[in-house]
Amino acid sequence: MTTLTEAPPPLTPTAPEPAPPRRRGRLTPYWLLLPGLLWLVVFFALPMIYQASTSVQTGSLEEGYKVTWHVATYWDALTAYWPQFLRSVAYAAAATVLCLLLGYPLAYLIAFRAGRWRNLIMVLVIAPFFTSFLIRTLAWKTILADGGPLVGALNTLHVLDVTNWLGWTAGDRVLATPLAVVCGLTYNFLPFMILPLYTSLERIDGRLHEAAGDLYARPFTTFRKITFPLSMPGVVSGTLLTFIPATGDYVNADLLGSTDTRMAGNVIQTQFLRVLDYPTAAALSFILMAAILVMVTLYIRKSGTEDLV
Amino acid sequence: MTNGTGGDVRLTGIGKTYGSFTAVHPLDLTVPQGSFFALLGASGCGKTTTLRMIAGLEEPTRGTVHLGDQDVTRLPPYKRPVNTVFQSYALFPHLDIFENVAFGLRRRGIKSVRKQVEEMLDLVQLGEQARKRPHQLSGGQQQRVALARALINHPQVLLLDEPLGALDLKLRRQMQWELKRIQTEVGITFVHVTHDQEEAMTMADQVAVMNAGRVEQLGTPADLYENPRTTFVANFLGTSNFIEAGIEGASGPDVVLRAGDGRLVLPRERCRTPATPGAKVLAGIRPEKISLTHADDADSVPEGRNRITGTIADAAFTGVSTQYVVDSPVCQEFAVYVQNVDRDPRLVPGARVVLHWNPAHTFGLDAAQDAAAGVEEAA
Repeated sequence: MTTLTEAPPPLTPTAPEPAPPRRRGRLTPYWLLLPGLLWLVVFFALPMIYQASTSVQTGSLEEGYKVTWHVATYWDALTAYWPQFLRSVAYAAAATVLCLLLGYPLAYLIAFRAGRWRNLIMVLVIAPFFTSFLIRTLAWKTILADGGPLVGALNTLHVLDVTNWLGWTAGDRVLATPLAVVCGLTYNFLPFMILPLYTSLERIDGRLHEAAGDLYARPFTTFRKITFPLSMPGVVSGTLLTFIPATGDYVNADLLGSTDTRMAGNVIQTQFLRVLDYPTAAALSFILMAAILVMVTLYIRKSGTEDLV
Repeated sequence: MTNGTGGDVRLTGIGKTYGSFTAVHPLDLTVPQGSFFALLGASGCGKTTTLRMIAGLEEPTRGTVHLGDQDVTRLPPYKRPVNTVFQSYALFPHLDIFENVAFGLRRRGIKSVRKQVEEMLDLVQLGEQARKRPHQLSGGQQQRVALARALINHPQVLLLDEPLGALDLKLRRQMQWELKRIQTEVGITFVHVTHDQEEAMTMADQVAVMNAGRVEQLGTPADLYENPRTTFVANFLGTSNFIEAGIEGASGPDVVLRAGDGRLVLPRERCRTPATPGAKVLAGIRPEKISLTHADDADSVPEGRNRITGTIADAAFTGVSTQYVVDSPVCQEFAVYVQNVDRDPRLVPGARVVLHWNPAHTFGLDAAQDAAAGVEEAA
């Protein structure tokens, strides 16, 4: 047995040591991670900590704020502004559903039917990003202007009667109503819905459609049983990419809405920049973040995307 | 199911063009009910397009498709009593094996599918895998799922598009057997598209050899092999040697040919070109029909056999046989396969030899065609 423990004679007497390059190689991933980590620390972790400490401070602008662990701010903020929170979620949900209804057919068209027009349509989807978010939203102000052609047409067609009855619009106006805010949100976040939908639809093997047809599935059944389930990753990421920023948005409510359509984002903005009540603003931000986190987690659990291929 | 011609697949003048490109020239084809039919050809020969036209996945530019007495030319795929085993299987990745196999039954509104699906999975020996997803199975298992998913619907015709193309050689041999067994068991008409001539010959009752959008020849594997009508078929199915010869005249039931300074005899009924004296003909002979005798023993070659002389250029020992390449004045690179029964040690490269064979094994083809047609495609 002793002979077995002995090292076998080296095949080449001067085999080079491979150790030094390997040790350096082992650290490479960390060096590569470093810029990203630094970025996260400076622009994400530090502001979060600063924000969190602000939210438990008390004091006034003149005397300065001090950390007193006054957690009640959270409760006060929630009791005072829960309608705006609910409104944020409702508007964002409505905009997300509208984006899905508008975006899915378009993404489907681009993925399966557009042929050589595919790239052109993709450019058109992204084109609005070439102008600023603000300008685009201001443009909607013109489109939805009182007495403008759109509002006039909706009035003539008695669409406004229906939306008035639903409480989405008021009187002869669209501007400064919930409908206007939801329209603005839908418009602004539509590309974020279309792009992931397109990506996941485009990945579906066309032969699966043929196989379904071959196995007696009509085109609509093929969509219901094959295409839609396989596009679920796109649906989930699209709805998240739309819903999350839409919930926190304040520009659309600011420019297209009224005091009755204020969302959580507007409240936070006002608290920070007008009222200068920093603790309340910070607490509101954290509540919004937590609420979104909980909703998103539940949603992902429910849709079970990790189960999909 | 009815007997007789009630369930034949009949293609009448069916053709497909894409713009100015003709994928399938108008062709007529009848696949008898219950047969194992192979469409054989190189890639791009139109075999898959033909299959897809039967499935309804491709609309023919002209002609009609009949299943039995029913004209299905304008029926969408989901209304045709036909199922397909797709190349690379096209299994539904989000459904488990059970649901993949049950898909067709459910679409036809059948509620209690459990028993049928389990039976079908047992037939393809996948009973244990029912709750797995397709990507968890091996290639051979996925292939069997694809087969089960199609067969469970008891189609009038099962279409197989290169179903074994993605499998390695050993598995392919095994699945060829399996497919043949299942076909015999269920008695459904199989139309099998393949580029593998060996696969087509071992499995099919009838083979249609396709080339450039046309059916070159249709027949049983043995018939195609023994009596090829074109050089393409002769070269695509196995290997053939061709000698360019001039017709000298007729002698009883035979045609006498002159090749170089030798004479060859060819049965008249195996000559595909008119036996007019002076005309050219390609005399073909399969490598395994030829006997090889060393030039020193030339006298021992019996009378009445076709014979030519040459020099061995190369010899490759393959175990069962030895494959020789012989240089001869009438034909460069003559292939000869000799069974390794009694090996003559003198038959080495450089040796002078006499090649001789029974004249009945010679076939004559029109000399106007390229003698090497189909060689590349078969490779």
